[in-house]
Amino acid sequence: MPKGEEYLKTTLELAEVTITGNEEISPGVYLLSWARSHDFHPGMVVKVTDDPVLPPRIYSICSGNDEEDIRVLFNIKEDGILTPRLAGLIPGMKIWVSKPYGSFKDNQTPAWWIATGTGIAPFYSMFRSGISENKTLIHGVRNLSQFYFEDELEWAMGQRYVRCCAHEQSCNVFPGRVTQYLEEINDLPTNINYYLCGKALMVVEVRDLLIAKGVPYENILAEIYF
Amino acid sequence: MKTALFGKTLNELTALALELGLPKFTGKQMAEWLYQKDIASIEEMTNLSKKARELLSDNYEFGLVDSTKVQESVDGTKKYLFPTAQGKFIETAMIPDDDRKTVCVSSQVGCKMGCLFCMTGKQGFQGQLTAGEIVNQIRNIPERHEITNIVYMGMGEPFDNLQEVLKSLEILTSDWGFAMSPRRITVSTIGIVPGMLTFLQNSEAHLAVSMHTPFDDEREKLMPVQIAYPLSEVIREIKSWDFGRQRRISFEYIVFKGLNDSPRHVRELVQILNGIKCRINLIRFHPIPGTPLEGTDENTLQKFKEQLNDKGILTTIRASRGLDIYAACGLLSTKEIVGKEQS
Repeated sequence: MPKGEEYLKTTLELAEVTITGNEEISPGVYLLSWARSHDFHPGMVVKVTDDPVLPPRIYSICSGNDEEDIRVLFNIKEDGILTPRLAGLIPGMKIWVSKPYGSFKDNQTPAWWIATGTGIAPFYSMFRSGISENKTLIHGVRNLSQFYFEDELEWAMGQRYVRCCAHEQSCNVFPGRVTQYLEEINDLPTNINYYLCGKALMVVEVRDLLIAKGVPYENILAEIYF
Repeated sequence: MKTALFGKTLNELTALALELGLPKFTGKQMAEWLYQKDIASIEEMTNLSKKARELLSDNYEFGLVDSTKVQESVDGTKKYLFPTAQGKFIETAMIPDDDRKTVCVSSQVGCKMGCLFCMTGKQGFQGQLTAGEIVNQIRNIPERHEITNIVYMGMGEPFDNLQEVLKSLEILTSDWGFAMSPRRITVSTIGIVPGMLTFLQNSEAHLAVSMHTPFDDEREKLMPVQIAYPLSEVIREIKSWDFGRQRRISFEYIVFKGLNDSPRHVRELVQILNGIKCRINLIRFHPIPGTPLEGTDENTLQKFKEQLNDKGILTTIRASRGLDIYAACGLLSTKEIVGKEQS
């Protein structure tokens, strides 16, 4: 049995790719891209590292499934090891990535997508892949600058794109957290699917709230960033 | 605030001694005082010179933390509440059973994993514990000299705090530390694969994996981690690992009414665990506030166990302990956090 670094390297099946872009789309938030070599379903994730002997981190794909590049969205974690290094990468440099995988997948049936922060990534991938017809997207952030891709989403989804901002106010933006927004809705549909993506506390609070409002837990699928 | 010595490994203590201009062997002496003797202050490290103790005291503290609350169940199980350096709270359970005393330690404050059936997850993630804060849960309870087993099954996901958990295991199992056999320690994970592999390489302790259903579509509704680390990947990695004769792999399985307690689940469990020498621990579900899940009835539970045993998978039902004090669910610390935030 292989041991140590060699073991990790062979087990995780990472492939070397060349970075094609690394754009800071908001302070401390980056969109990292490389050429797509595998098909994927929107909502899938990839493992990414800048050093093949170190365990990779998992990121949701943030691009459409017929685009030339795969992109991931990340913010720099103050106490993180990988994200500060990823932020410093430039096109032409190498990273190591896994094949896309995961089961956070939607289809054309009606659903609500609920995200906070960079948790918008899988839903933006679904949107860019043409799966947004029967969807309502609720995005919660702390500051207005964190509504990534809002021009495009607002133009395409209109009233079905709901922005919630906890710390700043603006027109067409709900002043408060996602949970507050959901609490105020009296006729929440209970026979559709709900997809949640973001940090643990948001996911747990929203899931509890949906269940309390009559949504069966089987209709709720969550992806947590950890 | 001074840095705690408690929770440092022998290498760290030796480096620290050399940094202060003390002899190299001071590191070993400190380790013995910290982990093998019943003292609680640097001043009591009497085989260190007075100058060495003064130097250490100027820069460090011993680092033990007392529990602030204890609850005792009618069955003898105790739950200790410890404050953390971040002003939060963690829970530690001490479970007596005949001549055994098992301590269930926390590895994080709160948890990021958001499992549907877990009370700790409702706190969200509050912070990581240091190795010292993990080992303190064993060293600083009145039963410390009687502990026979340690399980990392309290608050948090151990492999999401891998470095500190590995450090704590080193302290618990090294000759210079608590010198416990790693075969008396079990670390439980929901299946963080990179952390699990590193643990398997660097520790000899037993591994427990929270499974709760063999079917992906059911598991992803119960445990969001399934999206990132599918059970199939966890099982594949376990199958590729040589656990040897002494090291144990077990699967934890909370049995929910009408969800994961059918013959179909037995068949799938037998299929996916084929080739792994393992055991399954069935766990009764004790509902937490707001949960849509129910525990299965006793009859179905027994039948489920028998079917698995008949198929050759060693299966046991874990005795429920400390029910009157919610020994296993994170409720005490959640209440304490809420109380602190409201005051």
